[in-house]
Amino acid sequence: MTMTTAATTDPMLPQPYSVRQVVKETADTFTLTLEPPNGAGGNRFQPGQFSMLWVFGVGELPISISGDPAERDRLVYTVRSVGQATHALVSREVGDAVGVRGPFGTGWPVEKAQGRDVLVIAGGIGLAPLRPVIYEVLHNREKYGRLVVLYGARSPRDLLYRKELAAWARQRETQVLVTVDYGGLSWRGHVGVVTTLFKYARLQPARSLAFACGPEIMMRFVARDLETHGLARENIYLSMERNMKCGVGFCGHCQYGPHFICKDGPIFPYDRMRPLLDKYEI
Amino acid sequence: METLEHIIAEHPFFAGLESYYTNLLTGCASNVRFDAGTYIFKEGEEANEFYLIRAGKVALEIFAPQRKPVMLETLGEGDVLGWSWLLPPYQWRFHAHAVETVRAIALDGKCLRTKCEENHDLGYEILKRFARIMEQRLEATRFQLLDVYAVRR
Repeated sequence: MTMTTAATTDPMLPQPYSVRQVVKETADTFTLTLEPPNGAGGNRFQPGQFSMLWVFGVGELPISISGDPAERDRLVYTVRSVGQATHALVSREVGDAVGVRGPFGTGWPVEKAQGRDVLVIAGGIGLAPLRPVIYEVLHNREKYGRLVVLYGARSPRDLLYRKELAAWARQRETQVLVTVDYGGLSWRGHVGVVTTLFKYARLQPARSLAFACGPEIMMRFVARDLETHGLARENIYLSMERNMKCGVGFCGHCQYGPHFICKDGPIFPYDRMRPLLDKYEI
Repeated sequence: METLEHIIAEHPFFAGLESYYTNLLTGCASNVRFDAGTYIFKEGEEANEFYLIRAGKVALEIFAPQRKPVMLETLGEGDVLGWSWLLPPYQWRFHAHAVETVRAIALDGKCLRTKCEENHDLGYEILKRFARIMEQRLEATRFQLLDVYAVRR
């Protein structure tokens, strides 16, 4: 794992970053761009990793990095405002300080995906942790096969990164399909759950790697259907989520069966998660 | 030129079907086209056919009193539209609205029901394929009902 300067010094000590930009994506979801103290570069992270973000005086939150791994002078996070701490985070203004620890956790296995078709399946805000994978593939197009992005959201107004979705769809060897669970009559795209898009995906399942992120129950449906469509379990990766606190596997808050999500994950191959996903109240 | 039989054989819904059966189906088939904005069928109308969609997009809509129609699902290239022709009372349960220009193969339900009664092997092949579609749509509906992206507080 590649660590920032902050994490290599003391993983428990937040570094004060400042807010460079806040973009409203939807009614309740915002993208924050943070820059390190003194504008220093060197923010290396792997697609899929997360940071612990401190809103001073309010609390600390685990948030996946949603920016471009090639842009090392900033860290970008997409946050849905659903509670006190996330509301405080998205209410920061340009120039405000936010504490950053990390990046933590495992990343999406993009190296394993080289030479293969890459299938990205996102539900809701699950597109945020997958956006760095899409940047990685598009920046290094010759290393990968086809890129297929399947994205499901609740309704058209809940779609993230709409302009980027359209721009990605115009790239060579790239297919982007978007669906919503509830479409108004003015919506001209697909209506139906994200798994209904599988039949339209143009890729070769036997030579594909799938990365999925979204609500856990969505990933259960997705993984099961991917198997039906011919993907091997070991080639399906899921991003898991639990209540992460320390970020480095000390506190045990995010324990999930034998795994600490913060340290062993959040990215896991489906064959390791499958026995746990069907268990009630784990 | 592509023949109807070839188009039917190449459609995903009939993938792997023996040529003897695709030949039987072709006798009940015709090429159809629906302009964007038109209704292919409406709820309550007699269901006398089903469609193998070749191109375009169809929205399944349900009418609710004092509300605009609700779009339940969209279907596109490679999908099959309609199974009400298969079971009594042979009436459509939804509206099917062409949101893009649709090109499809229509299969005459009455013709096909007669052939299935005469040839149970064909009937079983068709039922198996529709059962699979029904299972997929039921599963998708259950998934949709979970409303997984809603905020849980």
